[in-house]
Amino acid sequence: MSLGGKTEELPLIAFEAEMKRYVYINDNESSHELYCDNRISNRKYTVLNFLPKNLWEQFSRFMNQYFLLIACLQLWSLITPVNPASTWGPLIFIFAVSASKEAWDDYNRYLSDKKANEKLVWVVRQGIRKHIQAQDIHVGNIVWLRENDEVPCDLVLIGTSDPQGLCSVETSALDGETDLKTRVIPTACMGIDFELLHKIKGAIECPKPDKDIRRFDANLRLFPPFIDNDVCPLTIKNTILQSCYLRNTEWACGVAIYTGNETKLGMSRGIPEPKLTAMDAMIDKLTGAIFVFQIVVVMVLGIAGNVWKDTEARKQWYVLYPLEGPWYELLVIPLRFELLCSIMIPISIKVSLDLVKSLYAKFIDWDSEMIDYETGIPSHATNTAISEDLGQVEYIMTDKTGTLTENRMIFRRCCISGVFYGNESGDALKDTRLLNAVAGSSPDVVQFLTVMAICNTVIPMKSKTGAILYKAQSQDEDALVNAAAQLHMAYVNKNANILEIRFNSSVIKYEVLETLEFTSDRKRMSVVVKDCQSGKIVLLSKGADEAILPYAYAGQQTRTFIEAVEQYGQLGLRTLCLAWRELTEDEYQEWSLMFKEASSTLVDREWRIAEVCQRLEHDFEVLGVTAIEDRLQDGVPETIETLRKAGINFWMLTGDKQNTAIQIALSCNFISPEPKGQLLLIDGKTEDEVCRSLERVLLTMRITSSEPK
Amino acid sequence: MSSNAPSSSAGGVGSADSAAPRRNSKRPKYSKFTQQELPACKPILTPRWVISAFMLVSIVFIPIGVVSLFASRDVVEIIDRYETECVPENLRDNKVSFIQSDANKTCTRKLRVKKLMKQPIYVYYQLDNFYQNHRRYVKSRSDSQLKDNSSWNDVSSCKPEDMSNGQPIVPCGLIAWSLFNDTYNFSLNNQQLAVNKRGISWKSDRDSKFGNDVFPRNFQNGTLKGGKILDPTVPLSKQEDLIVWMRTAALPTFRKLYGKIERDLQPNETIHVTLENNYNTYSFNGKKKLVLSTTSWLGGKNDFLGIAYLTVGGLCFFLALSFTVVYLLKPRRLGDPSYLSWNRNPGGH
Repeated sequence: MSLGGKTEELPLIAFEAEMKRYVYINDNESSHELYCDNRISNRKYTVLNFLPKNLWEQFSRFMNQYFLLIACLQLWSLITPVNPASTWGPLIFIFAVSASKEAWDDYNRYLSDKKANEKLVWVVRQGIRKHIQAQDIHVGNIVWLRENDEVPCDLVLIGTSDPQGLCSVETSALDGETDLKTRVIPTACMGIDFELLHKIKGAIECPKPDKDIRRFDANLRLFPPFIDNDVCPLTIKNTILQSCYLRNTEWACGVAIYTGNETKLGMSRGIPEPKLTAMDAMIDKLTGAIFVFQIVVVMVLGIAGNVWKDTEARKQWYVLYPLEGPWYELLVIPLRFELLCSIMIPISIKVSLDLVKSLYAKFIDWDSEMIDYETGIPSHATNTAISEDLGQVEYIMTDKTGTLTENRMIFRRCCISGVFYGNESGDALKDTRLLNAVAGSSPDVVQFLTVMAICNTVIPMKSKTGAILYKAQSQDEDALVNAAAQLHMAYVNKNANILEIRFNSSVIKYEVLETLEFTSDRKRMSVVVKDCQSGKIVLLSKGADEAILPYAYAGQQTRTFIEAVEQYGQLGLRTLCLAWRELTEDEYQEWSLMFKEASSTLVDREWRIAEVCQRLEHDFEVLGVTAIEDRLQDGVPETIETLRKAGINFWMLTGDKQNTAIQIALSCNFISPEPKGQLLLIDGKTEDEVCRSLERVLLTMRITSSEPK
Repeated sequence: MSSNAPSSSAGGVGSADSAAPRRNSKRPKYSKFTQQELPACKPILTPRWVISAFMLVSIVFIPIGVVSLFASRDVVEIIDRYETECVPENLRDNKVSFIQSDANKTCTRKLRVKKLMKQPIYVYYQLDNFYQNHRRYVKSRSDSQLKDNSSWNDVSSCKPEDMSNGQPIVPCGLIAWSLFNDTYNFSLNNQQLAVNKRGISWKSDRDSKFGNDVFPRNFQNGTLKGGKILDPTVPLSKQEDLIVWMRTAALPTFRKLYGKIERDLQPNETIHVTLENNYNTYSFNGKKKLVLSTTSWLGGKNDFLGIAYLTVGGLCFFLALSFTVVYLLKPRRLGDPSYLSWNRNPGGH
């Protein structure tokens, strides 16, 4: 154990050792005892505990306990009216069916685990790349992946085939999103030679394993002979997580940080809660009630039976009752009645319900109308237990972007320093006034286009034909960059931190100093760039109107922009405000230090970064407003209309402007236009405001309650 | 009324799919079952249908009821309750001790024939308040022993009448032990009236449930005497009284066949019955009745079936009639939504 010695070398490793994990890159010994290997296990049972565990699970249901009790009572020949096999047979049958289903599922899980564990991967051992089984990966190992490989454990990227250190991953197994995500190697690893990656040494300080797949606040520090500069902060963008696929990238390599069941995916893999449908709950309730009724019946009849036996039955000489019975004699008659009444809760109810439910699910799978006509994929019921609840849906809650809409953004209109473009034709790219302004290099327009082109995280890629393709994480940014390119402000290249844009055949270079990323709290993103010719440092921002307009410098008239936002919102367009500010060298340097410190904290990093960003993002000069259209998918209004007719309530969640949301809701048919319907608005930023707003709405509803809503 | 699912259009989809080059094999295969398009009948209860259905039921049921009621009324029955009268008057205060004593229990009864009774006339004894369905009683028998001589000592299920003096009883069990032992002798005009006691049990019982090589053994030998004593020289398959008795009754009031009189009885003839009143029903206040009955094509005298048919038929007729009246006086449009609860009182849902 050389951990003690190593901590002294690392000033960043000091306190709270139990909250953190230290990963030593390429250190084969130290991690073996500390952290588990990469053997994953999704199994619920082992061969030994299967029977007891499965039986215990099955008998935790009240109904099964009841059936077992009845079956056991039937073994007592003194009280049983029927052959015990009539209950034991079905009971054993249903238990065997569900147990074998569980066993089959678990066996399949075992097989897939085994396959994943025994898959061969390239891992660096003693400085040489070797082919080893995935289960033998240890924390700190360097894993090499090729295109379309599945990632075997959580890795921090240290190198890719891309000269800019990018790679694409498909994360659909993790979060269900099918678009490719871009991941980038940490800045400290930039430019390390392919051959040297085998020998890289360093330490990563990262939190204990957790299940947050959107967050990874860690720090990296490389040891000499590699560039031994400051601590390099790592984010989720520097990682590729288990079960993702490497796409469109020839190779990538990374350091294993979490392995086995401690990966982000492994941690989020909980025991699925058994789902209970409304009908199941009803049946459970009824069963309970019937059981109580049955107990009452058994008690009454049992007492009556005992009384009759003592008064009348003794006179029936042909029955030859013994004068003295055993001590349990009083119990015999009630228990016989219990057995006779046991069919009140029929054992067949469980069998037939399960059968009918799986048939429901099968009918869903079989339906030849319920298929996606484009891809031919039929519907599939993955959970057979809850299919009948589909008929009892009361609320549908939906996301707007990408669910109701196509998620294909198109730049439609803009407003640059008070001038509206695209209002006549509905397409700003064809507005001759804008084209003229571009041709005439009107400074406002040029500045606006510059922000459009470079205030983003888009990466331009040259395809083989020479055309430039943009790799964007956000569809909005993609739309803006493409629109800027069509307006002759093309973002052509990014080389490390140097951006190149071409405007009317002149090439302008910028150096990106910092990127202040978008978060849903801040509602804006900014970049700090340095003009390579003039050396001026500028802050370029884009964001929601409420995150930009209030921070305009004192004296700027923002009325026209507010109007523009309103107007675009009415049309159902998504708006973004663009702004910029010049920074002095000193201001930037001072702020940069704070930003660096905030970026490498491990606790509350997001919040601290937001706070630091706030110090820079103010006194904007607002340049203009863009409006982007996101069209509804085919058939959305008709579908919502049908669902509403069926009495299903529809809720939509969106981060859009209120006006935009209302407009989309109108076009989706889930609120009716004014003469027919009445729009009730509840808004407010604090609890009090919302309460007051709610009261107002309730008052309006009471006044107009005679009219249909 | 019956609506076939629009199978033509769905079939069109299926055939178009098979005609087109199959691009995707993932699409579910078409069959009427999987697409839930099997022909189905979904009747709508229109007034005309409901009224005709009720009318049809009443038209069918009322004649059946009348016919079976007449058939039941044609049956002539003579019922004579004798358990009290066959106890000497001075001993009636304590009938149980009388029946358990060795006193002479012969008793004569006179039965007057009111109407012509055509042969065969069935002679039954009817017991009341006798629980042949009692759990202890019903289970106390050994079917294997009754059937087969080789398992004569299989008496495990016969408790408490399984062994006597350390020997297995054949036939064992409470049922056989408590065999009914009153006897009847009939005479008409001082002439013996023959009672045929053969063929009174089920043929299947005689042939396959009671063996012809099983002879009574060690029967009624214990301290507690039950009912009739069986002739140890006659195989069980010929002991028809036992076979009849062993087919236990489901209800506490039951009749069991005693024999058949195979001649007609004229009206106003008087039958003298000499009976041995041996069986103890006094300890549980059971009645004993002697029944002579003819049969019709429908069986014995039983008005229930006819009355049930008439009641149901009459009820349907009444319903059909009242629905017709309602339909004629106050017709409604079929499927009128204004009668729905939320349309009837708006805002009150």
